[in-house]
Amino acid sequence: MTAETGIGARVRRKEDVRFITGRGRYTDDINRPGQLHAVFARSPHAHARIRSLDTSNAETSPGVVAVLTGADLATDGIGPLPCGWMIHSRDGSPMKQPPHPALSVGTVRYVGEPYAVVIGETRAAAQAGADLLDPDFEELPANVDTASAQSTAPIHEGIPNNLCYDWTLGDEAATDAALASAVHVIELDIVNNRLIPNAIEPRAALGDYDAGTDMLTLYTTSQNPHLARLVLSAFVGLAPEHKLRVVSPDVGGGFGSKIFIYSEETVCGWASKRLRRPVKWTADRSEAFLNDAHGRDHVSKARLALDANGKFLGLKVSTIANLGAYMSTFSSSIPTYLYGTLLAGQYTTPAIFVEVRSVFTNTTPVDAYRGAGRPEATFLLERIVETAARELGMDPAELRRKNMVPKDAFPYATPVALVYDTGDYQACLDKALALSDYAGFPARRAAAKARGKLRGIGLSCYIEACGLAPSRLAGQLGAGVGLYESAEIRVNPTGNVTVFTGTHSHGQGHETTFAQVVSSRLGIGLDQIEVVHGDTSQGQFGMGTYGSRSLAVGGSAIMKASDKIVAKGRKIAAYLLEARPEDIDFEDGVFRVRGTNQAKTFGEIAFAAYVPHNYPLEELEPGLQETAFYDPQNFTYPAGAYVCEVEVDPETGVTRIVKFTAVDDFGQVINPMIVEGQVHGGIAQGIGQAMLEACRYDRESGQLLTGSMMDYAMPRADDLVNFDLDVVRTDCTHNPLGAKGCGEAGAIGSPPAVINAITDAIGVRTLDMPATPLKVWTALQAGSAAVKGS
Amino acid sequence: MYNFTYHRAGSVDAAASRLAESGDAKLLAGGMTLLPTMKQRLAQPSELIDLNEIAGLNGITVSGGTVTIGAMTRHADVAASAEVKQAIPALAKLAGLIGDPAVRNRGTIGGSIANNDPAADYPAAVVGLGATVVTNKREIAGDGFFTGMFETALDEGEIVTAVRFPVPQKAAYFKFPNPASRYAVVGVMVAKTSGGIRVAVTGAAPCVFRQSDMESALSGNFSAAALSGITQDADGLNEDIHASAEYRASLVVVGAKRAVAEIA
Amino acid sequence: MTVKVTTTVNGKPVSGDVQPNTLLVEFVRETLGLTGTHVGCDTSQCGACTVHFDGKPIKACTILAVQAEGHQVVTIEGIGQPGNLHPMQAAFQENHGLQCGFCTPGMIMAGIGIAERNKGTSLSEETIRAELEGNICRCTGYHNIVKSIAAGARDM
Repeated sequence: MTAETGIGARVRRKEDVRFITGRGRYTDDINRPGQLHAVFARSPHAHARIRSLDTSNAETSPGVVAVLTGADLATDGIGPLPCGWMIHSRDGSPMKQPPHPALSVGTVRYVGEPYAVVIGETRAAAQAGADLLDPDFEELPANVDTASAQSTAPIHEGIPNNLCYDWTLGDEAATDAALASAVHVIELDIVNNRLIPNAIEPRAALGDYDAGTDMLTLYTTSQNPHLARLVLSAFVGLAPEHKLRVVSPDVGGGFGSKIFIYSEETVCGWASKRLRRPVKWTADRSEAFLNDAHGRDHVSKARLALDANGKFLGLKVSTIANLGAYMSTFSSSIPTYLYGTLLAGQYTTPAIFVEVRSVFTNTTPVDAYRGAGRPEATFLLERIVETAARELGMDPAELRRKNMVPKDAFPYATPVALVYDTGDYQACLDKALALSDYAGFPARRAAAKARGKLRGIGLSCYIEACGLAPSRLAGQLGAGVGLYESAEIRVNPTGNVTVFTGTHSHGQGHETTFAQVVSSRLGIGLDQIEVVHGDTSQGQFGMGTYGSRSLAVGGSAIMKASDKIVAKGRKIAAYLLEARPEDIDFEDGVFRVRGTNQAKTFGEIAFAAYVPHNYPLEELEPGLQETAFYDPQNFTYPAGAYVCEVEVDPETGVTRIVKFTAVDDFGQVINPMIVEGQVHGGIAQGIGQAMLEACRYDRESGQLLTGSMMDYAMPRADDLVNFDLDVVRTDCTHNPLGAKGCGEAGAIGSPPAVINAITDAIGVRTLDMPATPLKVWTALQAGSAAVKGS
Repeated sequence: MYNFTYHRAGSVDAAASRLAESGDAKLLAGGMTLLPTMKQRLAQPSELIDLNEIAGLNGITVSGGTVTIGAMTRHADVAASAEVKQAIPALAKLAGLIGDPAVRNRGTIGGSIANNDPAADYPAAVVGLGATVVTNKREIAGDGFFTGMFETALDEGEIVTAVRFPVPQKAAYFKFPNPASRYAVVGVMVAKTSGGIRVAVTGAAPCVFRQSDMESALSGNFSAAALSGITQDADGLNEDIHASAEYRASLVVVGAKRAVAEIA
Repeated sequence: MTVKVTTTVNGKPVSGDVQPNTLLVEFVRETLGLTGTHVGCDTSQCGACTVHFDGKPIKACTILAVQAEGHQVVTIEGIGQPGNLHPMQAAFQENHGLQCGFCTPGMIMAGIGIAERNKGTSLSEETIRAELEGNICRCTGYHNIVKSIAAGARDM
């Protein structure tokens, strides 16, 4: 049983049945009797003062029930939307946190910012009402550019240089010394392009207030319903926590964008309470483009010091990170502790220093997007390492190999705060080079050249820190929350099991993988296990799903709870079998007196616990249900090596991916099929960043130029290839599963491999993402012009 | 989408008279451009006249060296038609490159050419193959049909009923798609017709145009080499975040060469 | 002013009073309560709304409900049910062709179209990828969707 259904098995997913038959239950599928519909009025300007807002025609429009603004929210004591991570600047001062109202008060600061809500009996009525709003805007100068934000007009009072914080990490003196004395110093300017998450399910919310019980239920597309409930009650003031129920039903993808607390669910919850009727909102895709938190958007300068043999001596990085117009729930942590701490990569660089200035601009707020800080670090590092290899005339694989942390050097303390538990980076690289036939590339390049095409190959050796997070450490670094995870295992009297997890699967397959963990631990069939998540009225507090944490932290909580179940079961079995607990073995669902065939099944023990007639009531309570909270001791450190081979058509700049190879070390995996799917999806998003996805704002007007999929190129099936995957396994040393997590690695490791390949193909030193056909063609023209000129 | 009245036309004449009566009505063909435009609230006709249920307005016939395609014929049907593939394979290929399979199951040739989107594919076929546009009032030569960005020679209330393509000796179509929208950044139809060489370019400029330098060069020598001295002037070509005018100019030449290489 | 529309959905005659500007996807989801067909974009690109119209995949977000009068509409709910799955549905589960599930009904409906259009040929990976141009997935990277459609086509 357990070989096919336990840990390590490629079990087909239980949750699929409802999705493949159209019986999934997403937030927009939910309707409540008497519900009203909300339409948000959004700023058409990047920066403007709202001189006045005449709502009278909207209010009297047929079917409109209410028109509400930021002033109404303030009167009711709602908001603002908080940022939950305090960052201090190098001078010790706390970050500048301008208020982020859920509906604008006085000033709008990005195109799409919601400044009013119209609530009507139907969506059409609310929209017709919104069309009759009469705002009077006074346009103000707008800046959308990250690099220049510190010298353009301030967009918040009291923050004259638009600087939220100036944060540093590492030893500046040691790093400067390394750079000063190095034989080689490689310098590189790097841009990490802004991305728009675009989960295919648009965000939605339905607030449903019951005046009879004073209970507010909020259905919302959240990756973390319990956390949403905490923030909405304790910080935003929607309702006391015990009078607020948050339900995240099936959620159609998140990638980070559905972690945060936004205006719309806040307003739907509040409006429902105010109007005493359900209030529903669903984004259309254009709203999602404007208002879902964007990702990335860094501008960096990096310098890498090497000795004569190519050993890395020091890395100095200076980054400007765009926060957007307001802080989002975790936005301060992404370009700081989730970024700077990864700049050692897989290497033994002894001295590292990073300075990050996060700035406000008149753009959509920026926060975590798949990888959240680690793709930015990995891209910078793997691009400068590649550049160093090329300039030193060394093979890129060999330069990396020579600097990798050796496999016997763990635990390895990096100069940027992290302690890697274990890894075998050379093995990943070896496997990736073999699987990609790296050695055969020169011949393939020559053959392509004969056909008039340019081939290139690029490596990326990544490491990431996930399994968020050790609470105490997170708190020291500024987190306003803990990052443990929880599990309750409720054994039913009939012997089947309900598992409540504080994580929230939105595509990751927890209903199957968590059941596999429990199945293998309790020795019962997968069909005997129900995994429940997503409803704060069912199950205990947990922190949700993001940061590749659900298995490493949530799964570990499940292991702990399982262990408690087995421990209690052993005591019950001992009583029933008239033996001592220490003489009872538990295996394959059976409690057995060692060396005999005196045994009880799990089901018999469960029944005994709930019908305790023959039972040690003096020592043991009835029932069989255990809760565990697991706080990790450290981050986990998945790592791997990726190889991308491309072929460029020099006449058009069109690049096609010939082959993409990924070797990852995730430690113990529960379901390899699901893990491969996570890697596929992550690589697709990484390739999207590297080749297709450009989020562009107009520099003059601040308008979002790429406001739909007509201009923002989402990866399609014909943009991609099948991915060649393999694994190396070094188990995490500090959690009971030995699991490192896998959700973001693909998006972290892939962009540098792609850009390393394309720059190799066309022979340029640097190329910004996305490497669109226009960009590649232009670089080729410039290159040939340079040749012609010389 | 703003609201409107919906009228299902039973015949072309009925549609035409309805169009004449109602000042602000629009014809609904495949809807693959009109409906998204209305959803974005960029168009708000007071009435839609649905052509989809008119019998006999779709269909493909090949006879006497001519391929005639009814105005309401879906792109998918042109792409899959054995007769079109046999007679003018470039036309079937072009139709198969429009949109995606679901869009091709609804989009129509009549709707496409009446709209004349600068990045649409069919205009390159109509001009590149020297087709004739048949309406409920007259016949219009393809060369004179497309008059400007989103503008055609159609009179107010005139309805396209069919397009007649003379079968060329050879033809080929090369399309370079926008990575996001998949519309043509540049599309080039090259054809050897009984009336001479035709090179029609869509996507590059505000309206489809014939590349006369290329036509002259190919008339003397129908080969990709014949185009090696030719450049496309970037002046007046479209410019957007996906493609500069210079890039488009370069793609026009590359596209023409590749199309010729396919059939030379 | 509403219009009455009578059409056949999943083999059953249905009717409703709708505004002319009601999209087929809105009619299916809101009037008929068939929420398996999803709305993922507003530019007719993502394909989450794919249904079969007279046997062919179309985008239900880009056709009016009133246009369905006299035609046959089949949604994901009409293709197969738990315990009685269409081979394409089964193939998606067997090959892990879905993660969050939101694009999945559209992928399955499109996949059936791909299989039917290419019946009798050996359906290549390249063809499947090309014919998925109108269906966008953010979760899977398409690798297993392509596998699922190839398998489903074989089993149909």
